[in-house]
Amino acid sequence: MRKMSRSLKGPPGVDARLLIKDAAKLLPDPARRAFLRGGASLGALALLAGCDIIDGPSAERALMQVSYFNDRVQAWLFRPGKLAPTYSDADVTRPFPFNAYYPEEDAPEVDGEDYKLLVGGLVENKKSWTLDELYALPQETQITRHVCVEGWSAIGKWTGTPLREFLRRIGADGRAKYVWFRCAEGYSTSIDMATALHPQTQMTFRFEGQILPRKYGFPMKVRIPTKLGFKNPKHVMELAVTNKYLGGYWEDQGYNWFSGN
Amino acid sequence: MSIDATHDRTVLPAAPTRELIHPLWVRITHWINVLAMTVMIGSGWEIYNASPLFPFVFPEAITLGGWLAGALLWHFAAMWVLAVNGFFYLALGIASGRFQRKLVPIRAAEVLSDAGKAITGKLSHADLSVYNAVQRLLYLGVILAGIVIVLSGISIWKPVQLQELTAIFGGYDAARYVHFLAMAAIVGFLVLHVVMTLLVPSSLRAMIIGR
Repeated sequence: MRKMSRSLKGPPGVDARLLIKDAAKLLPDPARRAFLRGGASLGALALLAGCDIIDGPSAERALMQVSYFNDRVQAWLFRPGKLAPTYSDADVTRPFPFNAYYPEEDAPEVDGEDYKLLVGGLVENKKSWTLDELYALPQETQITRHVCVEGWSAIGKWTGTPLREFLRRIGADGRAKYVWFRCAEGYSTSIDMATALHPQTQMTFRFEGQILPRKYGFPMKVRIPTKLGFKNPKHVMELAVTNKYLGGYWEDQGYNWFSGN
Repeated sequence: MSIDATHDRTVLPAAPTRELIHPLWVRITHWINVLAMTVMIGSGWEIYNASPLFPFVFPEAITLGGWLAGALLWHFAAMWVLAVNGFFYLALGIASGRFQRKLVPIRAAEVLSDAGKAITGKLSHADLSVYNAVQRLLYLGVILAGIVIVLSGISIWKPVQLQELTAIFGGYDAARYVHFLAMAAIVGFLVLHVVMTLLVPSSLRAMIIGR
């Protein structure tokens, strides 16, 4: 099965994301430009009347404007109390697929002993949290469907603390627009506050009852059954509550930001 | 005055024009649909390639978007054109009585008889304003496939918020197959539709100028 995009793996020890960011400053990014190959064809005529259809960047801008409009439509469709369907133990997909923009052996190795979840932004208490402190929080288990932007889906069993319970404990400003996550490998994503406060949005510490294995995001992932898989960050090192739009790893490359299910 | 009168006479049509076959709203929605469908199918094939349901992928040369993110941007932009245009087409088709007048009834015996005539080249296309039984079946069928592809697409897009709709299609994974099969039905129709247009070019003229 083809991976989500071209391999973005950098040399060992080099942060692939920063490498790409740097490259993007210097060169037109082939991955970002590639989707405009069909841009001067029939499709462009349909959608971009009034635009210079040969001009790639203007086609890209027009498509991104529609994507921002789709963010608003999805936020409007989102109902805070609507729960994702839940399944039984027997429905869990085994083995649960590993998926990332790097191969499994390159998944970051986070030392649980030294781990501290950094907390920032519009919160009352910015104290960072050790794993023991996080494990002591009340926990729930959910068996829900993970839907990948590629189209496939898989059912998993995740255990952890509702994010809204954690946000309450750190005195987060619930009127802020976003919660942003930074991950060990340089990945990042951000979600709307309504989704952050959804009852099934979870800081996940266990998969199928076992301490979250490295391939599924040790020591902590954020499980969001109301969003596509790439909006479910693994190896989360830092969380911030903010009014500033910070996008994310895939979102910055053209994937729809809201990406709600 | 007399010059004007003479001038008026000279621009009068020499003979009555042919009867209007396709009103303007049919032609406009038809050609908008051609563009929207082209974008939806081309980008849909690229999206399919990211996680194929069957042991084949579509050649990159006939897909739209370049990579998954680009294809998704096209797909979720053209969906608005397809859905809004399709809504107006259905509303006007029902309200004007055109669907009731031209697409029904569909009787199995007539379909078989007309299909036999079509294959042996004996089916007349002289009167484009009346659809034969095969046309009625295919035109109604592709309208239904269009409705199914939109609803199954929404099911795949929003399997949590609109989970009741997704459940009608048998869940998320099943809805993907329904969406694909509806595409296959539409593409199959398109192949036949374009071949018939080439065989009966006056039907293309009718869809452009209405007569």
